[in-house]
Amino acid sequence: MDASLMFAAVSALAIVIYVLADGFDLGVGILFLAAPRDLDRDTMMASIEPVWDGNETWLVMGGTLLFAVFPAAYYVLLPAFYLPVMMMLIALVLRGIAFSFRLQTVRYRRVWDFAFAGGSLVAPFAQGLILGGFIGGVPMQDGVFSGGPFSTLTLLGVFSGIGLVAGYALLGAGWLIWKTEGATQVFAREVGHAALLLVALMMVVVSAWSALTEPAVASRWFAWPNLALLAPVPLVTALVIVAIWRSLWGPRDVLTFQLSMILFALGFGGLCISLWPYIVPRQITIWDGIADPQTLWFVGVGIVIVMPIVLAYQARAYWVFRGKTRIHEDDSGYGERPAIQSRRTSAQNNSLHIS
Amino acid sequence: MDAVVLSRLQFAFTMGYHILWPTFTIGVASYVACLSGLWWWTRRPVYRDLMRFWARIFGMGFAMGVITGLVLSYEIGTNWSGFSKAVSNVLGPLFMYEALTAFFLEAGFIGVVLFGEKRVGPGAHFFACCMVAFGTLLSATWVTAANSWMQTPAGAIQDANGIFHAVSWPDIVFNPSFPYRVSHMVCASFLTGAFVVAGVSALHLLWRRHLETARKGFSMAMWTVLLLAPLQIVLGDMQGLNTREHQPTKLAAMEGLWDSGHGVAATLFAWPDMAKESNRFELSIPHLGSLYLTHSWNGEVQGLKAVAREDRPNVPIVFFAFRIMVGIGLILLSVAITGAVLRFRGRLYSARWFHFVAVGAMPLGFVAVLAGWTVTEAGRQPFIVYGILRTAQAAAPVSTDAISMSLGLFVIVYNLLLLAFLWFGARQVWRGPPAERGEPQTLTQARPGGRGIALPGAHAADPLLSRTSLTATQEGSWMPR
Repeated sequence: MDASLMFAAVSALAIVIYVLADGFDLGVGILFLAAPRDLDRDTMMASIEPVWDGNETWLVMGGTLLFAVFPAAYYVLLPAFYLPVMMMLIALVLRGIAFSFRLQTVRYRRVWDFAFAGGSLVAPFAQGLILGGFIGGVPMQDGVFSGGPFSTLTLLGVFSGIGLVAGYALLGAGWLIWKTEGATQVFAREVGHAALLLVALMMVVVSAWSALTEPAVASRWFAWPNLALLAPVPLVTALVIVAIWRSLWGPRDVLTFQLSMILFALGFGGLCISLWPYIVPRQITIWDGIADPQTLWFVGVGIVIVMPIVLAYQARAYWVFRGKTRIHEDDSGYGERPAIQSRRTSAQNNSLHIS
Repeated sequence: MDAVVLSRLQFAFTMGYHILWPTFTIGVASYVACLSGLWWWTRRPVYRDLMRFWARIFGMGFAMGVITGLVLSYEIGTNWSGFSKAVSNVLGPLFMYEALTAFFLEAGFIGVVLFGEKRVGPGAHFFACCMVAFGTLLSATWVTAANSWMQTPAGAIQDANGIFHAVSWPDIVFNPSFPYRVSHMVCASFLTGAFVVAGVSALHLLWRRHLETARKGFSMAMWTVLLLAPLQIVLGDMQGLNTREHQPTKLAAMEGLWDSGHGVAATLFAWPDMAKESNRFELSIPHLGSLYLTHSWNGEVQGLKAVAREDRPNVPIVFFAFRIMVGIGLILLSVAITGAVLRFRGRLYSARWFHFVAVGAMPLGFVAVLAGWTVTEAGRQPFIVYGILRTAQAAAPVSTDAISMSLGLFVIVYNLLLLAFLWFGARQVWRGPPAERGEPQTLTQARPGGRGIALPGAHAADPLLSRTSLTATQEGSWMPR
């Protein structure tokens, strides 16, 4: 196991954690305006309020980790995707601030609703544009990006964008089924179906499109013996999609969320298989793009010592705010935020079962 | 406008806006931790009320700092890929460590600080506050280490392709200017935060509301600034000596000094003319320059003419920004001393003119921080890594149109953010510390309703949420006087 492989695994892990963690709270934002009542919206926001900041920190972690470990990915890809990256950042800014300000106003609550939902919608779409352009490859000369501002915006990026929005919405719906009850939960169950269908469709479209337009991707999947070895990936993915469909009205509230995370992991796995071993597709491999050994040592020591601690207290934050999110009509001593009460409750069997 | 100038403008703008929030939150996080500890230790409600009040304002500022900082961590790649390529081996780990040790720590405990006080005990709350405060200090440490390395690079070598390679991590992190910079910046944050607390408390004193907490807050803040304002000037002087040693051209620009010499004058005011290489309208005091720059009567100071024209920074910007910073430092010192004199005479809470002064001093710390960073960053030009890598070589291959568009968006969005923050912050200040339900307020409490309009003598809290209503028992427990 050489250093490049290890750090590629660590970077992949950081990206996966970011996508899963920020994915569900962005997803809650995507579903925000579709929710039927203000009370649902308050509950939805309250359910992610204690954790969103920690989730978004993984985005900073991922960026700085690439900068330190695979600098080529950082300084080639970021200028290449200048416009979608800026789109994503500004969307995340608008959304992050809505957390602070939405509850402080009654008259302009709707404005912050739109800022929150709009930011949550634009950020994943921009991430999808980056992903699609990434699969398509970036033009390079002399080790730097050599295209224009629009040369990495592709139709594949648009499909990936729609797919990511739908995927995050599915994660968000899974989270809400797990963390809320009553009408909010019913809404999440209902909207989960639409999200799931869209994700499944886009997974097929993006996979087929990549295989058709990128010969390297096609030969990776369809050359013998890869075809036999890799066949389980799409098959398991299809099974998971069916399982999610069945779980949406199922008795176990947490199941949809868990399965949606598995679905994302499978999609990410498929992506890694398609592009292995490149960090800039078909230009720079993980062995060419790796940082100096003394830099890797310094980074590695920190990750080995600190990362477990970070994961532990992040898990603890979820544990502290475990159980169903409820907004109860009292102030928490800080005046104007609805307290986020959490108690362990048995999963409610919904009487609104209509399957 | 070429891409380099636009990128510099965008970075200066996004960085300038970002630094306002950390400056505020580094100071206030420690203050909140201190209050939480005092509340746990003494059980005096005044500390609890102050702690909740400042925690709420801190939370708003913290969110601002997080998201504007997120932008910066990606801008280094999007706009400065040449820089990223050259220095990633050296600076990459420092930024990574900032995220790993500081940002996660802050994010992990901010929830408990803001929403968990009633759910965890006072001891656990104090611990969470300390962790958040510690996180802000760690963050300042890592990022200042990175910036200091750009000013005074050490512990790394550059190869033929212009790529830096780390040789010694202790030398990189503890580079020559790092200890001075980090202490000067942290002290600036504490001082600025203390003046914000003083200003808000002074406002409450002027309005004659929330008097108990206002007096306590004002007193604490005035003790703090009395300690820190002189300390900050000493730290600044030490950093000046360090700059003379390692970045003589920057120092010459700060002083508006063109000719090297012994026993140089201190220029109080001038208009530096870069084309003529001289100052117009100069007003200076002989020998004073050497005295405070070298701490000797005839010490030698290098002038701007010692380096080629193309290696000089924009002198007027550095020169004036430095004078703004020093001027504000002296104003804040005089405010701190005045406060001490008034306290000594027992008039700290009654001298209304001084409360107006304290309110006026509230934004000055932020202006000084912006001016100080302008001095150090503009004074480093035309280099991005001082003396080695030029800023022009560091830019990214991005079109000017794309940068113009993003810059325009940032200007719009960030200004809206600042306005929203000031608006909501002002409302929090107006509302003052939250009353504990069921505890009769010792002093007048006028709390506004849904729109932030005060209704004098209004009844207890309506926490703004339209669906919230006070039940009869709660209403009954609150006895209006």
